[in-house]
Amino acid sequence: MLRVENLSRRFGDLLAVAPANIHIRRHQTTVIMGGSGSGKTTLLRLLAGLEQASSGHIWLDGKHDLSCISQSGLYQLRQRMGMVFQYSALLNSLNVYENVAFPLHEHTQLDESVIRTMVMMKLEQVGMRGFEHLMPSELSGGMAKRVAFARALITDPELVFFDEPTSGLDPISAGVVSSLIHRLGQQTRLTSVVVTHDVEAGLRIADKVILLWQGHVIAEGTAEDIRHSDDPRVRQFIEGNPDGPIPFSRNETPFHEALMAGL
Amino acid sequence: MRRLLTHIFGAIGRSTLSSLQRTGDATMLSLRALCCFFMPPWQGSHIVRQLYALGVGSLIIIAITGAFTGMVLALQGYYMLAKFGSESLLGSAIALSIIRELGPVLAAFMLIGRAGSSITAEIGIMRVTEQLDALQMMAVNPVGRIIMPRILATVIALPLLVAIFDVVGLAAGYVIGVDLLGVNAGAFIGEMVTKVAMEDLNIGWIKAAGFGLLIGAICTWYGYRAEATTEGVARATTQAVVLSCVSVLVLDYILTSFFL
Ligand SMILES: Nc1ncnc2c1ncn2[C@@H]1O[C@H](COP(=O)(O)OP(=O)(O)O)[C@@H](O)[C@H]1O
Ligand SMILES: [Mg+2]
Repeated sequence: MLRVENLSRRFGDLLAVAPANIHIRRHQTTVIMGGSGSGKTTLLRLLAGLEQASSGHIWLDGKHDLSCISQSGLYQLRQRMGMVFQYSALLNSLNVYENVAFPLHEHTQLDESVIRTMVMMKLEQVGMRGFEHLMPSELSGGMAKRVAFARALITDPELVFFDEPTSGLDPISAGVVSSLIHRLGQQTRLTSVVVTHDVEAGLRIADKVILLWQGHVIAEGTAEDIRHSDDPRVRQFIEGNPDGPIPFSRNETPFHEALMAGL
Repeated sequence: MRRLLTHIFGAIGRSTLSSLQRTGDATMLSLRALCCFFMPPWQGSHIVRQLYALGVGSLIIIAITGAFTGMVLALQGYYMLAKFGSESLLGSAIALSIIRELGPVLAAFMLIGRAGSSITAEIGIMRVTEQLDALQMMAVNPVGRIIMPRILATVIALPLLVAIFDVVGLAAGYVIGVDLLGVNAGAFIGEMVTKVAMEDLNIGWIKAAGFGLLIGAICTWYGYRAEATTEGVARATTQAVVLSCVSVLVLDYILTSFFL
């Protein structure tokens, strides 16, 4: 569905995403994993066309190039996409109900009673029915995330991007959300791209895993491939070892040496 | 010496270039907002909502500033005119000052303080919390939905607020001049009516609309391009307010010299 060629993004001197070739297949759940600061969010924003690529192309359905498409063309395509942001990004001036109904109010002529039914169904799915009159400022992080989830799915999109869908959620809600992503993939044939640093949840729902490290793709394959990989960097990441080829700190010189040299 | 000069001129050049670039970017944003006005979807309800928030919300503060401006002008004008024995001109002096200069400028300052700062802060926070990105992902153009209604609202609201400022200011000037300082009521009104031409009123509202456009363009741009951090928004808000005030005064000078 999405084919990425040689895609990269720089912020000044920092190479946030190194030139990457990625293929996201239709009806699959692709999980992008990596430590914090490894460029997961940047990659996701590039895929969604929210960030300008420094190089490369993103082909949607093999015919639309998201990296150089007109604004109106992009808006057209986005009606088929959804996104759950890392910090939910609910519209502050609207309450929960209006937030979830927003895409429908914008792009459909549906009757308000139909919209209400659809919104309530989605809120029920994420366990947020009964909270529809609260404002985003009155929600906890986890509740806001679940509302964002309902909002992203309300238009039944074909392609949904999830940025850390389970972080900040309690274990039960996190479980509900991961199994929801999984179920959606199986039942409604949704194509989802999930960014997470939660290894267990990620491997559980993934049809395909992409492992990022400092902007580079270091491993790619099914959850099984990743579980049984013998790349020491992959092993260190999925086992959560403090020691290994991936340094915990990004600095070149060890801290004790820097300390002796007067920082 | 040579290095110092290079350094100084380099710095001047860089800052000139960057301010030119930012001016260009802000102009482009306003032009894009203008385009959005003429393209579907029609944002009528959002324009009205912004008009209400900016305009009605600023009424009281505009009325109070207008009243005190008129009162001070009456006192000060009377003091000066009395030296030449021409107190009867007080009405026209107050009216011309308020209608041509003080009304548009002071009302603009009040709008900047009350509405401009909140426009920048609101849009900046939407940037920080990714609400602008969320709008984009829901295929809603933030320029049309967020920027355009606010610019339009300042352009429409400011002339109306200036009208109220003028009326309240003149009334307050009348009360102080006639009731307190004892200027003849007939002379006060008569002078005012004969000396103030339609042209003076036109200048007033043209200025007001221009200032409104300037304020809307500057404050929305600073919010839209704010660095996506808490300090970034705070800095953007301060800069938007300062730059709006300065550019209102500069534009005021240009328009005044143009119309004289
Ligand atoms: N707008 C930006 N400007 C400069 N640097 C950025 C920006 N966004 C992200 N980065 C940098 O890019 C790297 C990757 O960031 P990000 O994609 O957010 O990581 P992750 O989501 O994996 O934690 C980080 O080092 C971060 O500092
Ligand atoms: Mg991230």
